This record gives sequence, C-alpha cells and structure tokens, in this order.
Amino acid sequence: MAVQSDVIDDAGPYDRAKALSAFKLGDVAFYWITRLSAISVLLILGGIIVSLIVGAFPAMKEYGFSFLWTQRWAPSADPPVLGALGPMYGTLVTSFIAMLIAIPVGLGIAIFLTELCPQWLRRPIGMAIELLAGIPSIIYGMWGFFVLGPFLANTFQPFMIRIFDGVPVLGAIFAGPPSYLSTFNAALILAIMVLPFITSISVDVFKTVPPVLKEAAYGVGCTTWEVVRSVVIPYTRVGIIGGVMLALGRALGETMAVTFIIGNSFRISSSIFAPGTTISAAIASEFAESDGLHQSGLILLGLLLFVLTFFVLAAARLMLMRLDKKAGK
Amino acid sequence: MTDLSVSMSSNAHLASQPLPEAPAKVTVRNLNFYYGEHHALKNINLTLGANRVTAFIGPSGCGKSTLLRIFNRMYDLYPGQRATGQLMLDQTNVLDPRLDLNLLRARVGMVFQKPTPFPMTIYENIAFGIRLYEKISKSEMDDRVEKALRGGALWNEVKDKLNASGLSLSGGQQQRLCIARTVAVRPEVILFDEPCSALDPISTAKVEELIQELSENYTIAIVTHNMQQAARVSDKTAFMYLGELIEFDDTSKIFTSPSDRRTQDYITGRFG
Repeated sequence: MAVQSDVIDDAGPYDRAKALSAFKLGDVAFYWITRLSAISVLLILGGIIVSLIVGAFPAMKEYGFSFLWTQRWAPSADPPVLGALGPMYGTLVTSFIAMLIAIPVGLGIAIFLTELCPQWLRRPIGMAIELLAGIPSIIYGMWGFFVLGPFLANTFQPFMIRIFDGVPVLGAIFAGPPSYLSTFNAALILAIMVLPFITSISVDVFKTVPPVLKEAAYGVGCTTWEVVRSVVIPYTRVGIIGGVMLALGRALGETMAVTFIIGNSFRISSSIFAPGTTISAAIASEFAESDGLHQSGLILLGLLLFVLTFFVLAAARLMLMRLDKKAGK
Repeated sequence: MTDLSVSMSSNAHLASQPLPEAPAKVTVRNLNFYYGEHHALKNINLTLGANRVTAFIGPSGCGKSTLLRIFNRMYDLYPGQRATGQLMLDQTNVLDPRLDLNLLRARVGMVFQKPTPFPMTIYENIAFGIRLYEKISKSEMDDRVEKALRGGALWNEVKDKLNASGLSLSGGQQQRLCIARTVAVRPEVILFDEPCSALDPISTAKVEELIQELSENYTIAIVTHNMQQAARVSDKTAFMYLGELIEFDDTSKIFTSPSDRRTQDYITGRFG
C-alpha cells in the first residue's frame, strides 16, 4: 500500500485534473451516442406502428369490425370485399398444430439431454439443435415444397384419411384429398422450426433445478420419469411456458416457409389437409401486386398480426419475469 | 470448543453407561471410493448397529458425506464415480450393480443439508413418496400423512394448511417436512447429511430431539460438523480424516478418551 500512495503523490494534482477533463469530454460524447442509439429504437418502433395504422386506416374505415369476421377475400371485385377471417384462422390453426407437435418433442429432447443422455452424445445432439435454429426459413420452405409435401401427400395423409374416414369430427379434420400444399404441411414445418426454441430454453431452465432437489426425489425412490414429472417440470413450469410463448411468437409470424407450402387459399376448410393461408403468407404473396384498398387491407392484416404477436411476447416476458423472481434474482 | 468436555459431562445421555452392542444393520468391509481418478475413501470398515445413531465427524473433505452417499447409492447418478469393496444392508449387497435402486432408496431414506421440499403442497410432499410404493385409499392416505407429519414433529404447525405449498414453510419446518417425508416411506435406515447446518438453534434442537426419537425405530447415520451435536445425538461416533476412518467407537469414549492423537486434536479444536 505504501508504495502505491507514493506513486500517486508523484503524479501531482495539476496533471490529474487535466487528464480527467479530457476523459469527461469523451464521457459526455459516449453518453450521448449510447443515448441516441437507445432512443432510435423507440423511434423506429413508434414509426412502424404509426405507419401501419396510417396505411391500414382506409381499410379500417371501409370495413370496420366486419373485417375480422368476413371470410371472403376478393380484392378484384368491385368494390373489393376483404375479410381477415381466413388468414387469422390459418395463422392460429397452423401455430396451434405446430405447438401440439413441437412442445412434447421439444420437451422430450430437453429431458433426454439434461437427465438421461450419456455425456458423449450430449454435444452432438445439442449442436444439431443449435444448427436447426440456424437454418434460414427459405430453405425450410424449399425442403417442404420439394420433399416433405410430396412425401406427406403420398404416405401420411392417405393413411390418416383412411383411418379416420367416417369418424365424426376427426373424419372432417382429416378429410381428403391429399395435397402437396396444405395447412398441416405448413404446421409441421413450423413445428420443426420452433423446436430449437423450446428445447434450448427448456434445457436452460432444467439446469436451474438444484441437484439436491433431484437427489431428494431420487432419495425417496423415484424413477427418472417420476423425478421429471413431479419435480423438474413443476419446478420449471413458468420457464417452460415462457419458452413455449417465444416459440409461439415465432410460429405466428413465420412467413417464407409457410408461404411456400400452405397453398394460399383464403377459404376456410375443416380439413387440415386442405390448402389454407396465414396472415404473413397472404401479405407476402399479394403485397407486390396490390394497390389502393387492397393494399390497405393487407396492411391492416399486418397490424392484426403485430398486435397478436405483441400480446404473446408480452405474456412470455411476464412469465419469465415471474420465474426470475421465484429464483430470487 | 475448549469447554466442550464441561458441556458434555452434563449430558445425561453420555453420562449413562454405553448401550449394549446392537446387531449389525449395515456392514461396511474394505470399502474404497473413487471420484474418477481421485481416491476419496480408503479401506473403510465399520458397522451401523440396528436402532442406533452413528455420527460421522471430521474436517471438510474427509469423505463423510461421500460415505453416506454410498449407503443409498446416490453417487450412481453421476458418471465417473465408483465404489469397490462390500457394503451389506442386512443380507443385501448394496454395491450389486443389478440391485433395484428405487427399492434400495425406499429402504434407505436420506435427509439433506438444505431443506428440499418438492414444489407441491405439504400434503402432497408426504403422499408423493407413499404413492410410489403403495396404492391406498384417500382416508388411509390421510392417516399416513398425519402420522408422518406427527413423526416429523410438524403436525401441530401445519394441520390447518396442508394444502399450502411446501415452500411456504420456514427453513426449520421445511427440514422437518423432509424428515416426515422420509419417514413416511417407512425406511429401515435414515441418512442425515448435516441436517441442521442451515437451521437456527431452536430448529436444530427440535431436529435433534426428533433424531433421538426416530432411533427407537430406525437405524440412523448422521454427518455433522457440529461436535456437540454428535455428542448429543449419537451412540457411536466415527472420526474420519483424509478419506480414512481413524477411529470408530462409543460416542462417550471418542469425546472423553479417544485413542488416536488426531481424534484428540480434532475434538479439542486444534485443527479442522
């Protein structure tokens, strides 16, 4: 300590003040640069919302709330008839089916990775999951169009249609004819795309379970399945829901892959093997050739999607915050 | 620590004659344990007498918790850890790789350093373990839960809030809930791994009292850093140091006239 104080004394008071003032100038500049960067995010977000509302206004004025429950989408009719029911239905149904597939599979992978997987297999599977998240959506779309669609139409779809033929309700859901482009195909692609989200977040929250808590459960004689079902999942429930919500947000907004394989039909069909459309697919496939009221209607669709995903993501954030609080952060 | 002998001489339990030798419940022969390459336990030989409390003392890292975790094969959860030698629970070879671990852990319960209530209600915390082994009716289950909570000296404090979360209890209550949960499964041996190190003195006294009561029906092994606690609750004490069992004898003898110099040094606070 004595040596250090000698060094400081040698530096002298005058030099230090000068050096500090130079720093202060830099600090002010730094402060403003970072502040402007932060503010620009708010401006951009606000700008997008405002321009969406302005663009959508003509359609809002023309159709009002009936836009939400009109199924017909006839932009070239005179006057154009536009209704969001088809795309909204398609968005919700594809996301729902995608979640139905991705949640159990994603959780299964996460449980296997954290509880059961031998050490040497952990890295390859973990990396495969990460890579799955890195594949651009256009590639999923292409693969779905050229490979998965024909495969499903030739094997899985006829199989399901035959099995459920004549069964009430299920018969209508799995009705024919098989199709390369269908709501179900799009949902399956979405499931594959959101799988990494669910798995990686679940793996992270499963790791927060204190080892001693798991040991205690094993200590009363639980099997691994019982430990997972009764201790690990209840303990991490909120985090898992947060991960699922983030995945849902992605599934609701996913455009490219879905546009490729959903078939872009605005008619609502009870069968999931029939073509359909989603909000983002409808916008992507029609926006380039639209004008006037049609364009305004598409912007209004975009606004609806924005509101929908905003609420889903807000709910996810809320749940993750509650998890942090529980963990004492 | 210097007035240890004074505080102990006033202890009625120790002042009485040592209990007669109990039949062996757990027999350990030439036990060695490895964390990967690290040789953590070296040639351990001892027996736990049935319905006796055996305390394990020694400085941190001496292997007492490691030894405890072999009794219920808890180390099996982690790759790279292995044990050699022999460890018999009655006629069962605990180290047999074909042994049904779930059944073993039903026979050998464990209470941990930190309270570990499961993320469910107080009632469910108890009923959960019972349900793993027995299919019983709701009313029978109610009886078993009450009995277990009474056994854990917790019933009077929680009987009006059985549906509250186990996590809502205080630390001491949570630990007694964990003891009740262990007892509910009707084990033969109960392992305590520093059960009071996270508790206040009043909770500690309650848990110690409970351990004494439990020894009427169960064989108990307790790891502790608190030497007064070992002296208060145990019949036999094992002193371990650097992975070896240095001395294993009646608690009264260990704390008054140990035969090994290192034991003497440790209990008088000269190291550890």
